[in-house]
Amino acid sequence: MSIRHALLALLSEGPKYGLQLREEFEARTGEVWPLNVGQVYTTLQRLERDGLVESDDDADLGPQKDFRITADGAEELAGWLRTPPDLGSPPRDELVIKVLVAIRLPGVDVHEVIQAHRRYLVELMQQWTRLKEEEADVDLGLALAVDAELYRLDAVVQWLDSADGRLKRAGLEPPPPAKAPAAPLIRRRAGVRR
Amino acid sequence: MSGVLELRGVSKTYLDGADEVYALREVDLVVEPGKLVAVMGPSGSGKSTLLTIAGALETPTAGEVIVAGQSLSSMSRDDRSRLRRRAIGYVFQNYNLLPGLTAVENVAMPLELDGVSAGKARAAGLRGLEELGLAERATRFPDQLSGGERQRVAIARAVVGDRRLLLADEPTGALDSANGEAVMRMILATCKRGLAAVVVTHDAQLASWADRVVFIRDGRVVDRTSARSGPDSLLTGEPAR
Repeated sequence: MSIRHALLALLSEGPKYGLQLREEFEARTGEVWPLNVGQVYTTLQRLERDGLVESDDDADLGPQKDFRITADGAEELAGWLRTPPDLGSPPRDELVIKVLVAIRLPGVDVHEVIQAHRRYLVELMQQWTRLKEEEADVDLGLALAVDAELYRLDAVVQWLDSADGRLKRAGLEPPPPAKAPAAPLIRRRAGVRR
Repeated sequence: MSGVLELRGVSKTYLDGADEVYALREVDLVVEPGKLVAVMGPSGSGKSTLLTIAGALETPTAGEVIVAGQSLSSMSRDDRSRLRRRAIGYVFQNYNLLPGLTAVENVAMPLELDGVSAGKARAAGLRGLEELGLAERATRFPDQLSGGERQRVAIARAVVGDRRLLLADEPTGALDSANGEAVMRMILATCKRGLAAVVVTHDAQLASWADRVVFIRDGRVVDRTSARSGPDSLLTGEPAR
Protein backbone atom coordinates (compact mmCIF):
# COMPACT_ATOMS: atom_id res chain seq x y z
CA MET A 1 0.00 0.00 0.00
CA SER A 2 1.65 3.26 -1.07
CA ILE A 3 0.63 5.98 1.34
CA ARG A 4 2.93 8.31 -0.58
CA HIS A 5 0.90 8.02 -3.76
CA ALA A 6 -2.44 7.95 -1.98
CA LEU A 7 -1.55 11.33 -0.43
CA LEU A 8 -0.45 12.70 -3.80
CA ALA A 9 -3.82 11.60 -5.22
CA LEU A 10 -5.70 13.42 -2.48
CA LEU A 11 -3.59 16.56 -2.95
CA SER A 12 -4.23 16.54 -6.69
CA GLU A 13 -7.78 17.65 -5.81
CA GLY A 14 -6.46 20.79 -4.12
CA PRO A 15 -4.46 21.95 -1.08
CA LYS A 16 -5.12 20.04 2.14
CA TYR A 17 -3.68 19.83 5.66
CA GLY A 18 -2.38 16.73 7.46
CA LEU A 19 -5.34 15.74 9.59
CA GLN A 20 -7.70 16.26 6.69
CA LEU A 21 -5.52 13.98 4.51
CA ARG A 22 -5.67 11.24 7.10
CA GLU A 23 -9.47 11.45 7.38
CA GLU A 24 -9.94 11.47 3.62
CA PHE A 25 -7.52 8.54 3.14
CA GLU A 26 -9.45 6.42 5.62
CA ALA A 27 -12.83 7.42 4.19
CA ARG A 28 -11.79 6.60 0.60
CA THR A 29 -10.42 3.17 1.53
CA GLY A 30 -13.59 2.27 3.40
CA GLU A 31 -11.64 2.59 6.69
CA VAL A 32 -10.11 -0.75 5.90
CA TRP A 33 -6.60 0.68 6.16
CA PRO A 34 -6.21 2.67 9.37
CA LEU A 35 -3.48 5.29 9.20
CA ASN A 36 -1.92 7.19 12.08
CA VAL A 37 -1.32 10.87 11.84
CA GLY A 38 2.43 10.45 12.44
CA GLN A 39 2.69 8.42 9.24
CA VAL A 40 0.92 11.17 7.35
CA TYR A 41 3.33 13.89 8.52
CA THR A 42 6.45 11.75 7.99
CA THR A 43 5.30 10.96 4.47
CA LEU A 44 4.48 14.60 3.75
CA GLN A 45 7.97 15.65 4.90
CA ARG A 46 9.56 13.13 2.53
CA LEU A 47 7.35 14.21 -0.35
CA GLU A 48 8.33 17.82 0.31
CA ARG A 49 12.02 16.89 0.46
CA ASP A 50 11.66 15.17 -2.92
CA GLY A 51 9.92 18.20 -4.43
CA LEU A 52 6.64 16.37 -5.02
CA VAL A 53 4.61 18.57 -2.67
CA GLU A 54 5.10 22.05 -1.25
CA SER A 55 3.70 23.79 1.80
CA ASP A 56 3.22 27.31 3.09
CA ASP A 57 6.66 28.70 3.47
CA ASP A 58 6.42 30.30 6.90
CA ALA A 59 7.65 28.57 10.01
CA ASP A 60 4.14 27.91 11.23
CA LEU A 61 4.01 24.14 11.50
CA GLY A 62 0.57 24.02 13.05
CA PRO A 63 -1.89 21.31 12.09
CA GLN A 64 -3.67 23.65 9.66
CA LYS A 65 -0.61 24.01 7.41
CA ASP A 66 -1.66 23.41 3.81
CA PHE A 67 0.18 21.11 1.41
CA ARG A 68 -0.04 21.36 -2.38
CA ILE A 69 1.02 18.95 -5.11
CA THR A 70 3.77 20.17 -7.45
CA ALA A 71 4.07 19.53 -11.21
CA ASP A 72 6.67 16.83 -10.44
CA GLY A 73 4.24 15.32 -7.94
CA ALA A 74 1.45 15.19 -10.53
CA GLU A 75 3.82 13.50 -12.97
CA GLU A 76 4.91 10.98 -10.31
CA LEU A 77 1.24 10.19 -9.53
CA ALA A 78 0.32 9.71 -13.21
CA GLY A 79 3.27 7.34 -13.67
CA TRP A 80 2.44 5.33 -10.52
CA LEU A 81 -1.22 4.81 -11.50
CA ARG A 82 -0.13 3.09 -14.69
CA THR A 83 2.78 1.10 -13.28
CA PRO A 84 1.76 -2.52 -12.71
CA PRO A 85 2.29 -3.72 -9.14
CA ASP A 86 4.91 -6.42 -8.70
CA LEU A 87 2.83 -9.50 -9.53
CA GLY A 88 5.38 -10.97 -11.92
CA SER A 89 7.61 -12.71 -9.41
CA PRO A 90 5.57 -14.72 -6.94
CA PRO A 91 6.25 -14.17 -3.26
CA ARG A 92 7.30 -17.22 -1.26
CA ASP A 93 3.90 -18.29 -0.08
CA GLU A 94 3.86 -19.74 3.41
CA LEU A 95 0.67 -21.70 2.74
CA VAL A 96 2.12 -23.37 -0.36
CA ILE A 97 5.21 -24.31 1.62
CA LYS A 98 3.09 -25.80 4.42
CA VAL A 99 1.18 -27.99 1.98
CA LEU A 100 4.40 -29.06 0.22
CA VAL A 101 5.91 -29.98 3.60
CA ALA A 102 2.76 -31.83 4.70
CA ILE A 103 2.86 -34.12 1.64
CA ARG A 104 6.20 -35.58 2.69
CA LEU A 105 5.72 -35.68 6.44
CA PRO A 106 4.99 -39.13 7.87
CA GLY A 107 1.82 -39.39 9.92
CA VAL A 108 0.36 -36.15 8.53
CA ASP A 109 -2.89 -36.18 6.53
CA VAL A 110 -2.36 -33.46 3.95
CA HIS A 111 -6.12 -33.26 3.26
CA GLU A 112 -6.70 -32.47 6.91
CA VAL A 113 -4.03 -29.75 6.78
CA ILE A 114 -5.69 -28.30 3.65
CA GLN A 115 -9.11 -28.37 5.31
CA ALA A 116 -7.81 -26.52 8.39
CA HIS A 117 -6.63 -23.69 6.15
CA ARG A 118 -9.78 -23.78 4.02
CA ARG A 119 -11.95 -23.40 7.12
CA TYR A 120 -9.89 -20.50 8.40
CA LEU A 121 -10.07 -18.72 5.03
CA VAL A 122 -13.83 -19.23 4.71
CA GLU A 123 -14.34 -17.91 8.25
CA LEU A 124 -12.33 -14.83 7.29
CA MET A 125 -14.43 -14.44 4.13
CA GLN A 126 -17.60 -14.69 6.22
CA GLN A 127 -16.37 -11.75 8.28
CA TRP A 128 -15.60 -9.66 5.19
CA THR A 129 -18.95 -10.56 3.64
CA ARG A 130 -20.76 -9.54 6.80
CA LEU A 131 -19.02 -6.16 6.58
CA LYS A 132 -20.28 -5.82 3.02
CA GLU A 133 -23.75 -6.99 3.99
CA GLU A 134 -24.01 -4.40 6.74
CA GLU A 135 -22.36 -1.34 5.30
CA ALA A 136 -21.29 -1.62 1.70
CA ASP A 137 -24.57 -0.35 0.29
CA VAL A 138 -23.76 3.11 1.54
CA ASP A 139 -19.99 3.10 1.12
CA LEU A 140 -18.60 2.48 -2.35
CA GLY A 141 -14.95 2.61 -1.21
CA LEU A 142 -15.61 -0.04 1.41
CA ALA A 143 -17.45 -2.28 -1.08
CA LEU A 144 -14.50 -2.13 -3.49
CA ALA A 145 -11.94 -2.81 -0.77
CA VAL A 146 -13.97 -5.72 0.65
CA ASP A 147 -14.46 -7.24 -2.81
CA ALA A 148 -10.70 -7.08 -3.41
CA GLU A 149 -10.10 -8.93 -0.16
CA LEU A 150 -12.80 -11.52 -0.94
CA TYR A 151 -11.39 -12.23 -4.40
CA ARG A 152 -7.88 -12.57 -2.95
CA LEU A 153 -9.01 -15.03 -0.25
CA ASP A 154 -11.23 -16.87 -2.75
CA ALA A 155 -8.23 -17.42 -5.01
CA VAL A 156 -6.40 -19.06 -2.10
CA VAL A 157 -9.40 -21.32 -1.38
CA GLN A 158 -9.53 -22.26 -5.06
CA TRP A 159 -5.86 -23.18 -4.96
CA LEU A 160 -6.51 -25.36 -1.88
CA ASP A 161 -9.47 -27.05 -3.66
CA SER A 162 -7.35 -27.70 -6.70
CA ALA A 163 -4.45 -29.02 -4.58
CA ASP A 164 -6.88 -31.25 -2.67
CA GLY A 165 -8.23 -32.74 -5.93
CA ARG A 166 -4.78 -33.13 -7.45
CA LEU A 167 -3.47 -34.91 -4.35
CA LYS A 168 -6.53 -37.16 -4.22
CA ARG A 169 -6.05 -38.19 -7.85
CA ALA A 170 -2.33 -38.65 -7.31
CA GLY A 171 -3.11 -40.82 -4.29
CA LEU A 172 -4.83 -43.39 -6.50
CA GLU A 173 -1.46 -44.44 -7.81
CA PRO A 174 1.70 -44.28 -5.73
CA PRO A 175 3.77 -41.24 -6.68
CA PRO A 176 6.96 -41.98 -8.61
CA PRO A 177 10.09 -42.27 -6.45
CA ALA A 178 11.47 -38.88 -5.57
CA LYS A 179 14.28 -37.72 -7.82
CA ALA A 180 16.44 -34.69 -7.21
CA PRO A 181 13.98 -31.96 -6.22
CA ALA A 182 12.92 -29.77 -9.11
CA ALA A 183 11.76 -26.89 -6.94
CA PRO A 184 15.07 -24.96 -6.71
CA LEU A 185 15.33 -24.89 -10.51
CA ILE A 186 11.82 -23.55 -10.89
CA ARG A 187 12.42 -21.03 -8.19
CA ARG A 188 15.53 -19.71 -9.87
CA ARG A 189 13.79 -19.45 -13.21
CA ALA A 190 10.78 -17.68 -11.80
CA GLY A 191 12.93 -15.27 -9.82
CA VAL A 192 11.00 -15.68 -6.58
CA ARG A 193 11.16 -12.70 -4.27
CA ARG A 194 12.92 -13.27 -1.00
CA MET B 1 -33.42 -24.36 19.57
CA SER B 2 -34.78 -27.17 17.43
CA GLY B 3 -34.23 -26.92 13.75
CA VAL B 4 -36.58 -26.40 10.83
CA LEU B 5 -34.39 -29.06 9.26
CA GLU B 6 -32.67 -31.85 11.16
CA LEU B 7 -30.68 -34.66 9.64
CA ARG B 8 -29.72 -37.39 12.10
CA GLY B 9 -27.25 -40.03 11.04
CA VAL B 10 -28.38 -39.83 7.43
CA SER B 11 -26.73 -42.23 4.97
CA LYS B 12 -27.50 -42.90 1.34
CA THR B 13 -26.05 -45.78 -0.62
CA TYR B 14 -26.33 -46.84 -4.23
CA LEU B 15 -25.54 -50.14 -5.83
CA ASP B 16 -22.82 -49.97 -8.43
CA GLY B 17 -22.90 -53.52 -9.81
CA ALA B 18 -22.32 -55.63 -6.73
CA ASP B 19 -20.66 -52.78 -4.81
CA GLU B 20 -22.45 -50.58 -2.34
CA VAL B 21 -21.36 -46.97 -2.83
CA TYR B 22 -21.93 -44.35 -0.16
CA ALA B 23 -23.23 -41.00 -1.42
CA LEU B 24 -23.76 -39.83 2.17
CA ARG B 25 -22.41 -41.33 5.35
CA GLU B 26 -23.91 -40.61 8.80
CA VAL B 27 -24.58 -36.94 8.23
CA ASP B 28 -25.87 -34.83 11.13
CA LEU B 29 -27.09 -31.33 10.41
CA VAL B 30 -29.44 -28.90 12.16
CA VAL B 31 -30.66 -25.67 10.57
CA GLU B 32 -32.52 -23.35 12.93
CA PRO B 33 -35.21 -20.86 11.84
CA GLY B 34 -33.70 -17.67 10.47
CA LYS B 35 -30.36 -19.31 9.70
CA LEU B 36 -28.55 -19.74 6.41
CA VAL B 37 -26.23 -22.75 6.23
CA ALA B 38 -23.91 -23.35 3.29
CA VAL B 39 -22.77 -26.85 2.42
CA MET B 40 -19.46 -26.70 0.61
CA GLY B 41 -17.67 -29.49 -1.19
CA PRO B 42 -16.23 -30.58 -4.52
CA SER B 43 -18.40 -32.16 -7.19
CA GLY B 44 -19.26 -35.72 -6.30
CA SER B 45 -18.91 -35.05 -2.57
CA GLY B 46 -22.59 -35.76 -1.90
CA LYS B 47 -23.78 -32.19 -1.36
CA SER B 48 -26.58 -32.34 -3.95
CA THR B 49 -27.75 -35.69 -2.55
CA LEU B 50 -27.90 -34.07 0.86
CA LEU B 51 -30.16 -31.39 -0.56
CA THR B 52 -32.55 -33.78 -2.33
CA ILE B 53 -32.85 -35.86 0.85
CA ALA B 54 -33.44 -32.75 2.98
CA GLY B 55 -36.12 -31.73 0.48
CA ALA B 56 -37.92 -35.10 0.61
CA LEU B 57 -37.20 -35.71 -3.08
CA GLU B 58 -35.20 -38.80 -2.16
CA THR B 59 -35.32 -41.09 0.87
CA PRO B 60 -32.22 -41.95 2.89
CA THR B 61 -30.98 -45.52 3.24
CA ALA B 62 -30.50 -44.95 6.97
CA GLY B 63 -31.07 -42.16 9.47
CA GLU B 64 -33.82 -39.67 10.08
CA VAL B 65 -34.89 -36.45 8.36
CA ILE B 66 -37.07 -34.03 10.30
CA VAL B 67 -38.65 -31.04 8.56
CA ALA B 68 -40.67 -28.52 10.55
CA GLY B 69 -40.85 -30.94 13.46
CA GLN B 70 -42.10 -33.90 11.43
CA SER B 71 -40.11 -37.03 10.73
CA LEU B 72 -40.33 -37.77 7.01
CA SER B 73 -39.96 -41.54 7.43
CA SER B 74 -43.05 -41.76 9.63
CA MET B 75 -45.24 -39.92 7.11
CA SER B 76 -47.41 -41.37 4.37
CA ARG B 77 -46.42 -40.67 0.80
CA ASP B 78 -49.29 -38.18 0.45
CA ASP B 79 -48.39 -36.34 3.65
CA ARG B 80 -44.81 -36.14 2.53
CA SER B 81 -45.87 -34.65 -0.81
CA ARG B 82 -48.06 -32.12 0.98
CA LEU B 83 -45.22 -31.12 3.30
CA ARG B 84 -42.95 -30.78 0.29
CA ARG B 85 -45.43 -28.47 -1.45
CA ARG B 86 -46.26 -26.35 1.58
CA ALA B 87 -43.10 -26.13 3.65
CA ILE B 88 -40.17 -26.54 1.31
CA GLY B 89 -38.99 -24.30 -1.53
CA TYR B 90 -36.26 -25.13 -4.04
CA VAL B 91 -33.98 -22.92 -6.08
CA PHE B 92 -31.85 -24.50 -8.79
CA GLN B 93 -28.96 -23.18 -10.83
CA ASN B 94 -30.97 -23.27 -14.06
CA TYR B 95 -34.05 -21.60 -12.48
CA ASN B 96 -36.51 -24.35 -13.56
CA LEU B 97 -39.28 -21.89 -14.40
CA LEU B 98 -42.11 -23.09 -16.63
CA PRO B 99 -41.64 -21.33 -19.97
CA GLY B 100 -45.37 -21.20 -20.82
CA LEU B 101 -46.29 -19.32 -17.64
CA THR B 102 -45.69 -15.67 -16.78
CA ALA B 103 -43.51 -14.69 -13.81
CA VAL B 104 -46.49 -14.27 -11.49
CA GLU B 105 -48.09 -17.51 -12.69
CA ASN B 106 -44.84 -19.35 -11.96
CA VAL B 107 -44.73 -17.91 -8.44
CA ALA B 108 -48.42 -18.61 -7.76
CA MET B 109 -48.33 -22.17 -9.10
CA PRO B 110 -47.26 -24.02 -5.92
CA LEU B 111 -50.16 -22.41 -4.05
CA GLU B 112 -52.66 -23.32 -6.77
CA LEU B 113 -51.39 -26.91 -6.77
CA ASP B 114 -52.05 -26.90 -3.06
CA GLY B 115 -55.71 -25.89 -3.56
CA VAL B 116 -55.49 -22.14 -2.95
CA SER B 117 -57.91 -20.25 -5.21
CA ALA B 118 -56.43 -18.73 -8.37
CA GLY B 119 -57.16 -15.18 -7.22
CA LYS B 120 -55.54 -15.58 -3.82
CA ALA B 121 -52.56 -17.43 -5.27
CA ARG B 122 -52.02 -14.66 -7.82
CA ALA B 123 -52.22 -11.97 -5.14
CA ALA B 124 -49.62 -13.82 -3.06
CA GLY B 125 -47.46 -14.24 -6.16
CA LEU B 126 -47.59 -10.52 -6.88
CA ARG B 127 -46.65 -9.71 -3.29
CA GLY B 128 -43.67 -12.06 -3.55
CA LEU B 129 -42.47 -10.46 -6.79
CA GLU B 130 -42.94 -7.01 -5.30
CA GLU B 131 -40.73 -7.89 -2.34
CA LEU B 132 -37.96 -8.88 -4.73
CA GLY B 133 -38.36 -5.73 -6.82
CA LEU B 134 -39.99 -7.46 -9.77
CA ALA B 135 -43.57 -6.13 -9.63
CA GLU B 136 -43.36 -4.56 -13.09
CA ARG B 137 -42.10 -7.84 -14.57
CA ALA B 138 -45.01 -9.92 -13.28
CA THR B 139 -46.66 -10.54 -16.66
CA ARG B 140 -43.45 -11.29 -18.57
CA PHE B 141 -42.58 -14.81 -19.63
CA PRO B 142 -39.26 -16.34 -18.49
CA ASP B 143 -37.61 -15.82 -21.89
CA GLN B 144 -38.37 -12.10 -21.61
CA LEU B 145 -36.41 -11.85 -18.34
CA SER B 146 -32.67 -11.58 -17.67
CA GLY B 147 -30.85 -14.38 -15.82
CA GLY B 148 -30.83 -12.39 -12.60
CA GLU B 149 -34.56 -11.66 -12.89
CA ARG B 150 -35.34 -15.32 -13.57
CA GLN B 151 -33.50 -16.37 -10.45
CA ARG B 152 -35.38 -13.76 -8.42
CA VAL B 153 -38.66 -15.20 -9.76
CA ALA B 154 -37.44 -18.67 -8.76
CA ILE B 155 -36.70 -17.39 -5.24
CA ALA B 156 -40.12 -15.74 -5.02
CA ARG B 157 -41.69 -19.06 -6.03
CA ALA B 158 -39.57 -20.96 -3.50
CA VAL B 159 -40.68 -18.81 -0.57
CA VAL B 160 -44.31 -18.10 -1.51
CA GLY B 161 -46.96 -19.03 1.09
CA ASP B 162 -45.93 -20.52 4.41
CA ARG B 163 -42.63 -22.05 3.41
CA ARG B 164 -40.32 -22.88 6.29
CA LEU B 165 -37.29 -24.22 4.47
CA LEU B 166 -35.47 -22.92 1.40
CA LEU B 167 -33.08 -25.28 -0.38
CA ALA B 168 -30.79 -23.92 -3.09
CA ASP B 169 -28.35 -25.77 -5.33
CA GLU B 170 -25.64 -23.44 -6.72
CA PRO B 171 -28.25 -20.66 -6.99
CA THR B 172 -25.85 -18.09 -8.44
CA GLY B 173 -24.01 -20.45 -10.74
CA ALA B 174 -25.01 -18.90 -14.05
CA LEU B 175 -25.05 -15.28 -12.85
CA ASP B 176 -22.43 -12.55 -12.87
CA SER B 177 -21.06 -11.36 -9.54
CA ALA B 178 -23.49 -8.43 -9.13
CA ASN B 179 -26.56 -10.60 -9.76
CA GLY B 180 -25.08 -13.41 -7.67
CA GLU B 181 -24.66 -11.02 -4.77
CA ALA B 182 -28.24 -9.77 -5.20
CA VAL B 183 -29.52 -13.36 -5.06
CA MET B 184 -27.60 -14.07 -1.84
CA ARG B 185 -28.90 -10.85 -0.29
CA MET B 186 -32.44 -11.99 -1.11
CA ILE B 187 -31.92 -15.42 0.39
CA LEU B 188 -30.57 -13.74 3.54
CA ALA B 189 -33.57 -11.41 3.62
CA THR B 190 -35.95 -14.38 3.46
CA CYS B 191 -34.04 -15.96 6.37
CA LYS B 192 -34.59 -12.78 8.38
CA ARG B 193 -38.33 -13.49 7.99
CA GLY B 194 -37.76 -16.76 9.87
CA LEU B 195 -37.14 -19.27 7.09
CA ALA B 196 -34.25 -21.69 7.38
CA ALA B 197 -32.09 -22.02 4.27
CA VAL B 198 -29.48 -24.44 2.98
CA VAL B 199 -27.32 -23.49 0.02
CA VAL B 200 -24.99 -26.07 -1.49
CA THR B 201 -22.05 -24.75 -3.46
CA HIS B 202 -18.39 -25.21 -4.30
CA ASP B 203 -17.94 -21.42 -4.31
CA ALA B 204 -16.35 -19.91 -1.19
CA GLN B 205 -17.61 -16.39 -1.97
CA LEU B 206 -21.17 -17.66 -2.10
CA ALA B 207 -20.70 -19.77 1.05
CA SER B 208 -19.32 -16.77 2.91
CA TRP B 209 -22.82 -15.22 3.04
CA ALA B 210 -23.94 -18.05 5.34
CA ASP B 211 -24.19 -18.03 9.11
CA ARG B 212 -22.44 -21.40 9.15
CA VAL B 213 -20.50 -23.34 6.55
CA VAL B 214 -20.43 -27.15 6.60
CA PHE B 215 -17.70 -28.89 4.61
CA ILE B 216 -18.54 -32.21 2.99
CA ARG B 217 -16.14 -34.65 1.40
CA ASP B 218 -16.77 -38.19 0.14
CA GLY B 219 -20.27 -38.09 1.64
CA ARG B 220 -19.13 -37.15 5.14
CA VAL B 221 -19.31 -33.87 7.00
CA VAL B 222 -15.63 -33.32 7.71
CA ASP B 223 -15.64 -29.85 9.22
CA ARG B 224 -17.71 -26.74 9.91
CA THR B 225 -16.97 -23.10 10.57
CA SER B 226 -17.48 -21.74 14.04
CA ALA B 227 -20.38 -19.37 14.64
CA ARG B 228 -20.10 -16.39 12.37
CA SER B 229 -18.30 -13.57 14.12
CA GLY B 230 -18.69 -9.89 13.43
CA PRO B 231 -16.44 -7.87 11.16
CA ASP B 232 -14.96 -5.69 13.91
CA SER B 233 -11.82 -7.78 14.23
CA LEU B 234 -10.97 -6.95 10.61
CA LEU B 235 -10.76 -3.25 11.28
CA THR B 236 -8.35 -3.27 14.19
CA GLY B 237 -5.37 -4.57 12.22
CA GLU B 238 -2.00 -2.93 11.88
CA PRO B 239 -1.97 0.52 10.26
CA ALA B 240 -1.13 0.59 6.55
CA ARG B 241 2.52 0.87 5.67
